[in-house]
Amino acid sequence: MIALVSALGAVAVITGLLVFTVDSMARATFLLLASFVAVAVVLIAFGLGYLGTVVILMMTTEMMIMVVFMVMLMMNPAGLMPMTMVHNRRGSWAIALVVFGLLTAGVWLVPFPTSGPAPGPDPTAALGDALMGGQMLTMMTLGLALLATIVGTVAVAVSRR
Amino acid sequence: MTELVLRLALTAAAALVATGLYGALSQQSIVMIMMGLELVVNGLILGAGAFWWAGGQPVAASVLVVVLVTVMAVEMAMGFAVALAIYRARQVDLTDDAGELAG
Repeated sequence: MIALVSALGAVAVITGLLVFTVDSMARATFLLLASFVAVAVVLIAFGLGYLGTVVILMMTTEMMIMVVFMVMLMMNPAGLMPMTMVHNRRGSWAIALVVFGLLTAGVWLVPFPTSGPAPGPDPTAALGDALMGGQMLTMMTLGLALLATIVGTVAVAVSRR
Repeated sequence: MTELVLRLALTAAAALVATGLYGALSQQSIVMIMMGLELVVNGLILGAGAFWWAGGQPVAASVLVVVLVTVMAVEMAMGFAVALAIYRARQVDLTDDAGELAG
């Protein structure tokens, strides 16, 4: 498990970094997809098979939509010429490194009360029970947020003549 | 062993959050900024999954993953809608050209 989490975590981080260094936006999209899939495989290895599969399916679809948007709107989707479109690179790196340092310090210094992987009931069934039971309010809020998103996206993106 | 795996996964999650933050802060293209935000949420998903695994599999942690996946979908949909709207109105796809709300 240690080797698996280290390797897939490294893959996720490296592909995530490459997203912002490659010349082509299409390539960046697929690298982002690789990062998501690496995280989803870790989820599956942890025992969250359903959620990991949902993440893979959702992200694959989402990245395909993103590629379409890139070809539609963006310059240089194919990466035929070098591309850097950044502002304040140094400041951004500084902020990102400070955040990473703080988070990592917290991760390694805080004593976590781990109770170990418990052989609980089927996690997917437990999740479904929670969403339709004790966590019903969460589920309803998510549903409402998604409905508002549907209405909002159409309202924003529709062409006004 | 459990604790080490948790810490390794959380370190990777922290690196993902920091990478996404760098992207969201530095990129000029609206779509690339959205990719940065997605990477941040990706790190959060990894962290929630690690806590679920190491903390005795509390159901709230898996509910959190569901919330994060939804957040990702909402962010993506609204981001594309805004990108499309501003491109329609002014053929702008870089944030530097869309700074009229800047202070």
